Amino acid sequence: MSEELHRIRLSVNGVTREVELPARRLLSDALRHDLGLTGTHVGCEHGVCGACTVLVDGRPVRACLMFAVSAVDTEITTVEGLTREDGSLGPVQQAFAECHGLQCGFCTPGFLTTVTACLRENPHPSHDEAREMVAGNLCRCTGYQNIVKAVERAAELADPQHDDQHDDQHDDQQSDAPVEVQP
Amino acid sequence: MKPAPFAYHRPTTLAEALETLAGESYAKVLAGGQSLVPLLSMRIAAPHALVDINAIPGLDTIEVSEAGVRVGALVRHADLLAHPDVRRVQPLVPEALAHVAHATIRNRGTTVGSIVHADAAAEMPVVLSLLGGSVEAASTAGTRTIPAGDLFLGPLESALRPDEIATSAFFPALPAGAGVAFEEISRRQGDYALAGVAVVVHGESVRAGFVSVSDVPTVVDLTGVPDDELGEAALAHLDPAEDIHATADYRAQLVRTLVRRVVTKAREAAA
Repeated sequence: MSEELHRIRLSVNGVTREVELPARRLLSDALRHDLGLTGTHVGCEHGVCGACTVLVDGRPVRACLMFAVSAVDTEITTVEGLTREDGSLGPVQQAFAECHGLQCGFCTPGFLTTVTACLRENPHPSHDEAREMVAGNLCRCTGYQNIVKAVERAAELADPQHDDQHDDQHDDQQSDAPVEVQP
Repeated sequence: MKPAPFAYHRPTTLAEALETLAGESYAKVLAGGQSLVPLLSMRIAAPHALVDINAIPGLDTIEVSEAGVRVGALVRHADLLAHPDVRRVQPLVPEALAHVAHATIRNRGTTVGSIVHADAAAEMPVVLSLLGGSVEAASTAGTRTIPAGDLFLGPLESALRPDEIATSAFFPALPAGAGVAFEEISRRQGDYALAGVAVVVHGESVRAGFVSVSDVPTVVDLTGVPDDELGEAALAHLDPAEDIHATADYRAQLVRTLVRRVVTKAREAAA
């Protein structure tokens, strides 16, 4: 049985790519199989775990709950797109590495994309807000303490005002965080 | 699992969408897809065709007036929640929206889609019922307004016909002097509620809507019921079910606890 294929253009991490796929291809599968961007992970496939979260027009969205054909005319950012242009880690990636915010790493791409977008909306989250930011993503290694620390550390790293003299608010919550190393 | 094959249509006008829908034997409308896509992936549903309305302009508008809030079919939960004027006109809408799934789901899911999905475990169908709102439906035959009281027929079954698209939902404004509140209990914040209660208090009138404790979104008039009898009065109209997450008795206990708490909060909001 042959299935109708759709030739579409997807804009991913600033690059427009043409793919041919059936309408039922989930965006998560299109990214991985059709575009080779295997950073986006597929967990539960029904919107619960958040491992497949990507940014669609800058907002976190479950890639397993969108069809690729529905993603035309949008700008998609995957975890691969969070790296700085020179190839070094972006602030959220750097913070997760510093704070041990990943154990097995399976859920990590979803956390990184989610936190990146949330910090853009709220650059100075309270501790509760930092917890809320990651509430929709499941980590089965139970690494949430360090993940929340990583969110708060990422907020510091992304803050242009930030230097090695931490302000009081961050010192309270981040007293055991490593000191930032400026490149 | 993956969805079964389907024909995919991406119309760019409402008229084209309605004609496509009328010409298909078993089609579903795709807006946010946050409830539909899991059903397709688990092959609980396998429509022959999807009509994706995301490319139709004009369906993503929020109109706030003194009469209430009209929400277009493509308005995402997150945008309705963030709208600065909605809270002023009808505070129950943002109160309840904050409990709709997780922020990431709210970025894609639509409020109108959630309503016509008619899940009694979802917040917005109950809110529409409690507020006496309505849904505007369009087909090639014309448009009609479906009052919330006529909309919910059974589990996941709305009065929307297969050839109709719900183009907007209307939430009436809160009258002066009235108060609202919403609370729910879930195992993890953002998950489906084990039980949830929305309340509108206006003068002597007390009305409550219940999430996840009956087959269809249910509203109960509790006017004149003494505070310590609110729970039993509500449970006379509800049929809490047992599932893997909670026994029927536990759900009933959540109803008793929540309804009294939420009525108190709504009274405080009204004062």
